Amino acid sequence: MPGFEIVAASLAGGVLTGGVYALAALGLTLIYGVLHIVNFAHGALLMVAMYGAWFLATWLGVDPLVALPVVTPVMFVLGWGLYRWVIGPVSRGEDRAILLATLGVSVVLENLALVLFRGDTRSIETALSYQMLELGPLLLPLSKVISAGVAMVLAASLWAFIAMTSTGQAIRAVAREPTGARLVGIRPQRMFALAYGIGIASLGAAGCLLLPSFYVSPTVGENFVLVAFTIVVLGGMGSFPGALLGGVIVGVAESLGGLFLGESLGPISISLTFIAILLLRPQGLFGRPGEAGR
Amino acid sequence: MSNSAVPGQLTRRSAVAAGLATLAAPAVLRAAPSTIRLGLIHPVSGALAFSGNQCRLGATIAIDDINGAGGVAAMGGAKIEPLLGDAQGRPEIAASLVDQMAEQGASAFVGCFASALGLAATQAAAKYNIPFSIDSGIVDSLTTRGLANVYRLFPNASSVTADSLLALDMINKKAGSPAKSCAIVHEDSAFGTQTAQQLAGLLPKIGIEVKALIPHATPTRDFTNIVLRIKQEKPDLVMISNYQNEYVALARTLVQQRVELVGTWSVAGGGFNLKFAKEQPGVAEGMLDFNHWYAPKNPKAVAFRKRVEEAGQTMTWEVLFGYFAVKLLGDAWQRAGSAGKEETIAALASSTFADHFMPYGPTKFTNGQNSGAHAVALQIQKGDMEVVWPEEFASAAAVFPRAKL
Repeated sequence: MPGFEIVAASLAGGVLTGGVYALAALGLTLIYGVLHIVNFAHGALLMVAMYGAWFLATWLGVDPLVALPVVTPVMFVLGWGLYRWVIGPVSRGEDRAILLATLGVSVVLENLALVLFRGDTRSIETALSYQMLELGPLLLPLSKVISAGVAMVLAASLWAFIAMTSTGQAIRAVAREPTGARLVGIRPQRMFALAYGIGIASLGAAGCLLLPSFYVSPTVGENFVLVAFTIVVLGGMGSFPGALLGGVIVGVAESLGGLFLGESLGPISISLTFIAILLLRPQGLFGRPGEAGR
Repeated sequence: MSNSAVPGQLTRRSAVAAGLATLAAPAVLRAAPSTIRLGLIHPVSGALAFSGNQCRLGATIAIDDINGAGGVAAMGGAKIEPLLGDAQGRPEIAASLVDQMAEQGASAFVGCFASALGLAATQAAAKYNIPFSIDSGIVDSLTTRGLANVYRLFPNASSVTADSLLALDMINKKAGSPAKSCAIVHEDSAFGTQTAQQLAGLLPKIGIEVKALIPHATPTRDFTNIVLRIKQEKPDLVMISNYQNEYVALARTLVQQRVELVGTWSVAGGGFNLKFAKEQPGVAEGMLDFNHWYAPKNPKAVAFRKRVEEAGQTMTWEVLFGYFAVKLLGDAWQRAGSAGKEETIAALASSTFADHFMPYGPTKFTNGQNSGAHAVALQIQKGDMEVVWPEEFASAAAVFPRAKL
């Protein structure tokens, strides 16, 4: 039976890991909330962001945290451009076609990465890699503490942007009622591209924050994207606080599950928690009733 | 329908000309040296892509070397033509590639990095009795199923595990036996579980108590729980048997959580390579692994590594395996004077192939397995990989217990 210290450390570790998961889920929930589609290219774009941060760290010696303000806007432009010139025109506004378009983008990106970087995994050592925050008997990796902090700031800013700015209002209008929004002079396709760009930009931040503690490979996105989907549904599709809380719940469930059930059986605790919460609240923690079936 | 000839359409006259040309062809073929088709089957995409590509790299370098030196001399300078196949990490694809390549006239096969792929492909090749030179694939059963066409120049799992304990015992005793207990961390599929169980059975015989046997899934994103458990058990050694990403993540978490250890010891450690030594110097320094490597004091080996690195590639044991799996076949064809199936298999069975720089004794095949093949103990020292056991091949002495991190 694990001692108290180990349970406390596992709990703290779970919260921090949840913060990292939430980073990957925030963009996904924004894209779902506005475009009402599941972005299958999410994992592949996270991989692109991580390679970007890896490239800057390895070739130019830029620390991923310093690279964050560069990688994030570049990812915004990439996301915006992808929607504007690939996903938008290919899908012609049809949800099913958008799904397929994002899936296509992910296949192209992952195979392009395989050609450029081969199947190899790459990791880096930064000044932060072994810095630990000592909290009594607990040793918490500083890189994860920072990631969790940034996830919270990012969730709050995204929420504020969507709730309080006029652009955010326009995005909400398009998400709710595209025809009505068009009648009052908003161009839905522009808002969709903007929302997609912001969703991908948050992956830019996630990529930079993940790199000091995780490896990058052409298929690294798979490690996070399924968890991110779980978090988005758990937290309520389209909800930023939901993504944050969902991330923490999944992180803690995984960590404690691993501790008590063993690391092989541990991941089952994510699915059990997921099923239990959805049985009680089918719309997710912060979702609006009826949202789940939309 | 018109009878007039149009470009690309067969006429009576052109059919006769083609027939005559076909009859004349054997004479032309006899004049030029023939080519030997060699099937290279590896997982060059999917999860095993890195290792599969490394094997393929080694194999193609060997083909270039043989062809560059004038081909197989005993066959009139016959050149080797590679047929490249991507097994994608799926046994059924590996087996179907064998069928396709047999159809294309493959004289032999080299493959398939992973044991599961090798098991399927060798069995498929046995139907045609086409010789198969295993490059990587460690499970014993690759050569114990009675398939006469299968040969492995490299060590099998049983010998690697047994040798690894011999090496660990000698290194430990030489240092005054500071390691008296261990925790074994392993991935939970066949490879990791079997190795861990074998180790757990044998370690007490060399005076090392097994305090915990900890399995984990692949992928595992976070090793904090496992490392906390290790910390609680306070073992002297952590023994590891898993794949690349988890190996690196575990090593990193052990350092982060400041676990005091005499050392870490892995058997065929998935992530133990020069790239790890360079990318994670703070973690990798002093880690020990029992694995395949070249004989570092052999100048040919040093020159080969330089050549691979100057081509912008990473030197790993998979490159060596691909390289010598092909060279073994080249040697057999040279001695047989033929690439015929029976002749090649007979030449392999009696092979005393010695033109290599692996730390092996003379090649002697017993039921397809080279009984002289052995892996070595390796340690990362100052960002490079050093052979620390056996002493006759060692390039450095083992630092054991490892320096405090």
